[in-house]
Amino acid sequence: MSTATVPRNLPRFGGFSTGMIKLELRRMVRNRRTVIFTVVMPPVFFLLFGTDAASRNEAVGAHGNVSGYILVSMAVYGAMLATTSGGAMVSIERAAGWSRQLRLTPLKPIAYVAVKLALAMIIGAVAVAVAFAVGSVTGAKLPVHAWIGCGLLAWVCALVFAAFGLFMGYLLPSENVMQLLGPVLAVLSFAGGLFVPVDKLGHTFATIAEFTPVYGVGEIARYPLTQDGNLWLAALNVIVWTALFSAGAMWRFRRDTARV
Amino acid sequence: MTLTASPGIPVSGTAEPAVDLDGVVKRYGAVTAVDGIDLRIRPGEVVALLGPNGAGKTTTVDMLLGLAQPTEGTVRVYGRKPHEAVALGLVSAVMQTGGLLKDYTVEETVKLTAVLFGKPQSAVGAALHRAGIADIGKRLVGKCSGGQQQRLRFAMALLPDPDLLILDEPTTGMDVGGRHDFWQAIRRDAGDGRTVIFATHYLEEADAYADRVVFVRRGRIVADGTASEVKALASGRTVRATLPGAVVSQLESITGVDTVEVRGDTVYLHGRDTDGIARHLLTSTPARDLEITSRNLEEAFLTLTADSVPGSAA
Repeated sequence: MSTATVPRNLPRFGGFSTGMIKLELRRMVRNRRTVIFTVVMPPVFFLLFGTDAASRNEAVGAHGNVSGYILVSMAVYGAMLATTSGGAMVSIERAAGWSRQLRLTPLKPIAYVAVKLALAMIIGAVAVAVAFAVGSVTGAKLPVHAWIGCGLLAWVCALVFAAFGLFMGYLLPSENVMQLLGPVLAVLSFAGGLFVPVDKLGHTFATIAEFTPVYGVGEIARYPLTQDGNLWLAALNVIVWTALFSAGAMWRFRRDTARV
Repeated sequence: MTLTASPGIPVSGTAEPAVDLDGVVKRYGAVTAVDGIDLRIRPGEVVALLGPNGAGKTTTVDMLLGLAQPTEGTVRVYGRKPHEAVALGLVSAVMQTGGLLKDYTVEETVKLTAVLFGKPQSAVGAALHRAGIADIGKRLVGKCSGGQQQRLRFAMALLPDPDLLILDEPTTGMDVGGRHDFWQAIRRDAGDGRTVIFATHYLEEADAYADRVVFVRRGRIVADGTASEVKALASGRTVRATLPGAVVSQLESITGVDTVEVRGDTVYLHGRDTDGIARHLLTSTPARDLEITSRNLEEAFLTLTADSVPGSAA
């Protein structure tokens, strides 16, 4: 009650806490669609398209094979789906009025976004780890440094899609935003050379591909294995798209949290 | 027409008002949702904000919670800016709809609220218990009935142990049983001395649970008083009779008559002792066709909140 004994303090870090992340993770895992999309589908794609004899026998780099190459692409795909859906959770929560409810708590909007990013990166890491675990026992070959390097890079670079997910989450106030974003990501993955190497797409298309957001992430993630390709161009691609998506997310976020 | 049953702002200005609205105006483009509200609420009061849809109740609540900024005037909650008071847990609210995630369980939802307010886990069980939903803690929110979801919102609102609790149309969509249970829980809680403001358009709720009723219409306060005072203002009955050539001053002098209205050959006499008025009309005047109708809180509400108030209509 209004007795002076109730201490009234603001939480540290604007409300960003491991307690909240734990609860949010539990809720995310409860959503079967997210789990299937991000954790089950990429390894299944790998088993379907990356484990034929030709892929296993053809070498890539010093100690790798084409299966390994495809596996890294699939891990990127999984990380991308995971981080996008992590960011896009915002749209479901806005549609449900949950964001408004959270404004009746000490949670700072920026801390809320930080929680969403942390969640996106956690499930992104799980997606990469599961894909690699499945790949390692089903014929994918990568040198040790590439297992680690490719995995870390696939995960870190997926941050660009966490920003993309947030942007879309603030832009589209819909309950089923991932039903829209799933196909978009599939198209981007084709365009960016995750499902088919860009040089097999023809010259014009290959040039266009270099400007799409998935291209840079794929190139960078596969680099420890292939030691090939223009790393600077790929890095520029990732940086520019991250900046664009982050700016978009910030713009929508500011509009959303403005006290009108 | 403004009735003020003098809510009596404390003369001893020592206690800080729980709520202080000073000349508050809120416009959305060309629409004026709140048109100059002055309202002070003392700690411990249970206040009903009563009015038809679109009267400005929800906008007022939004401004009290810092979800909306007034276009003009100031809003203070315990002397602080609303969003500060919210962050500190001084004020919390049960909103009308939404605000829940289907794939959390009831307990997890309250747990998350506890985490955000930095309250210990023991507070979770206590809030669930006080809201009367301790038995459905493991149920998914999406599987809860409207009434259960509303009690969950109540549990969340209780968690910071707020000094002021705001309820925005808290029982909309509930069945009679659900409404009863919900108000039982609120009443138990308000007994401890918490300040409660609730917006409603259910008159019986305002009547039964508020000790002060604030009528709002078109963004303005049209009546403000304790529930019993407003009821007294609004109580009494009306005697209608046919009385050609009635003289207002004569009718007004009849014992027990408060107000008189003459429309052609028909007179309307409003007062407490309608039996006495009727007896006088029948014995001392040529009045006939008598009819006595009661004027209750509902009628007062309609009169006070109707869009075209007699007299003010152009």
